[in-house]
Amino acid sequence: MALKQSAIPFAGTAEQEELLMAVIEKHKGEAGGLMPVLHEAQEIYGYLPIEVQNKIASELNIPLEKVYGVVSFYSQFSINPKGKYKVSVCLGTACYVKGAGNLYEKLKQKLGVEDGGITDDGKFSLEACRCIGACGLAPVLTVNDEVYGRLTEKDLDTILAKYKD
Amino acid sequence: MVNIKINNIACQAPEGSTILEAARMAGIKIPTLCYLKEINAIGACRICVVEVKGARSLVASCVHPISEGMEIFTNSPTVLESRKMTLQLLLSTHDRKCLSCVRSGKCELQTLCHELGVDDEIAYEGENPEFEIDTSSIHMYRDNNKCINCRRCVAACEKTQGIGVIGANERGFATFIGSPFDMGLAETACVSCGQCIAVCPTGALAENDNTAEVWEALSDPEKVVIVQTAPAVRASLGEAFGYDIGTNVEGKMVAALRRLGFDKVFDTNFGADLTIMEEANEFLERFQGGGTLPMITSCSPGWVRFCEAYFPNLIPNLSSCKSPQQMFGAVTKTYYAEKMGIDPENIVTVSVMPCTAKKFELCRDGQCAVPDIQDVDISITTRELARMIDKAGLMFKELPNEGYDNPLGNYTGAGAIFGATGGVMEAALRTAVEKLTGETLKKLDFEEVRGTKGIKTASYTIDGTTIKIAVASGLANARKLLEKVSSGEEKYHFIEIMACEGGCVNGGGQIIQPADVRNNIDLRAERAKVLYNIDSASKIRKSHENPDIIELYNNYLGKPGSHRAHEILHTCYCESHLYK
Repeated sequence: MALKQSAIPFAGTAEQEELLMAVIEKHKGEAGGLMPVLHEAQEIYGYLPIEVQNKIASELNIPLEKVYGVVSFYSQFSINPKGKYKVSVCLGTACYVKGAGNLYEKLKQKLGVEDGGITDDGKFSLEACRCIGACGLAPVLTVNDEVYGRLTEKDLDTILAKYKD
Repeated sequence: MVNIKINNIACQAPEGSTILEAARMAGIKIPTLCYLKEINAIGACRICVVEVKGARSLVASCVHPISEGMEIFTNSPTVLESRKMTLQLLLSTHDRKCLSCVRSGKCELQTLCHELGVDDEIAYEGENPEFEIDTSSIHMYRDNNKCINCRRCVAACEKTQGIGVIGANERGFATFIGSPFDMGLAETACVSCGQCIAVCPTGALAENDNTAEVWEALSDPEKVVIVQTAPAVRASLGEAFGYDIGTNVEGKMVAALRRLGFDKVFDTNFGADLTIMEEANEFLERFQGGGTLPMITSCSPGWVRFCEAYFPNLIPNLSSCKSPQQMFGAVTKTYYAEKMGIDPENIVTVSVMPCTAKKFELCRDGQCAVPDIQDVDISITTRELARMIDKAGLMFKELPNEGYDNPLGNYTGAGAIFGATGGVMEAALRTAVEKLTGETLKKLDFEEVRGTKGIKTASYTIDGTTIKIAVASGLANARKLLEKVSSGEEKYHFIEIMACEGGCVNGGGQIIQPADVRNNIDLRAERAKVLYNIDSASKIRKSHENPDIIELYNNYLGKPGSHRAHEILHTCYCESHLYK
């Protein structure tokens, strides 16, 4: 069985761990405490890798699968870190009818990642997002804070090429 | 009592009963798939739906409580049609490969389809995701192409066993049962108990079948193939051949094994007697010599693995004794081989076990009495033996009753009760107390450790010395007990733990009973009766009085705990990590 985990090594700092422990301490023993812990843990680390989930599981004294079950249930939780360049494709209604779904599929192929995944070199992460309010430019994608609109398939390579390093 | 009407017939049921329970009391079996008494009442599968007068929609009877004057219809056309549609929807994501399925004929899903008239036509064709089969473990596999997401396995793992290495991943249509981060089961701290298999309604979970290796050994004229049967197997095997639950089929089982072609049919009960000799001695050495206490039994490989992963602090407390299966294998390949002049290389030892963890135990390190030769070569479950008997065309019920071969087939009542919770403790006490006092016990029954209760405790004062003991079965119960032991809140001298609730009689390798049977009959108690009946009818009920055990020590091992005994009958343990 292939482990569902990104190839990017975990690089948590002591400060982050301290913050996480404080969060766990705050919610320990609380009914439904796992949810706020996961939310705040994702804010601390940007994502929820196995190392973080293991820590949460052992500190809350629940099985890791319980934690992973919740994380994999909600699409807002991510087990992959964000890349240096975060590519978000708008799948809002306007963009979608203008073919954003197809662009998203193409990007998955080009980058070799799944929904919410990250390239092995940590450079690009890919995710779908909801309407970003640029419907007039549909279909739209963003790379970090840059917005690219009125896209066609052939624009994708040009855009990715801009982020060589 | 609450007055209700089921299918227009007035009846009563205790307050707080669910519709499912009330109907069962009125002699109506409402079909279920996800429901398991006490551990999985989630109303998810919608098979148990019934019509309640005045209700807006059909209700799930497994979670819906009865109320005064309620009128229930369990088999109206609406109900039957709904159940049928539910089955058709379940089948739309099912691989429908019944012919090659290990559970065919005993599958709860298949049975229901048959009962409710679901045919081979595909009613709902939709996306049918294909899952990779998880074959990472030694003892079992998971085939999610047959899984109906009922979560019975999840409940058994988490609630009965307190482990929780499997659960529901993802959401909605993409939901599947698996381990965190899609790990293979072998990469998790699964303890191999097989309780998930025992509760699975379909063929999604099954033991790895090792019968092909057994058939191969049996057909090899060079090999001396020796079989040993665990105490609990004789208490369940009959269920596969139409006997009532709780029937002792020892004699027919022995006859069947001989007809399958085994050269010698021996009994793990002999290994159990031997385990008692070593374990009672080890306990007295620890008790009198200031060793690590409490000593905890090590016969149950699921428990040993649980200890190594979840309670590594208690590893020094584990008895160093190998399990009866392994002791038996060790003696077969040393003492018996020498006695009979057989090269141990040519002996194949096969064990029939109520247990899936035994498949894992036999390839652990430190289980080779003869260097580089496994004590036990192949372990098959009670279910696999039933399949071999069927395959060989043996008419089980018509077989004569036969006895075990000697010398490794001779056992005492103490060896027999090893298969039930409390049995190892009772057997050990019979020997330990007599050794301690040097006097013959007047009463051999230690009633306090019998019965299916999850945790049992007792203390015995012998010649002014008090021995405090505890017995736990089911790993969730074990966890409760051991947390108290670890914290120092409770103190004992000797603890018996078996991984499965009720002990080996309810092991993960026993004949599978469908949920309706499990929910209404206490398998643990019925099967345990078989073993206690064997014990009470035995002429010899103390392991140290087994003449063949005495001879083994006189001629080969010396005395319990001797150097030779340590070389071949003892082992060691090491901490294992929760996740690789």
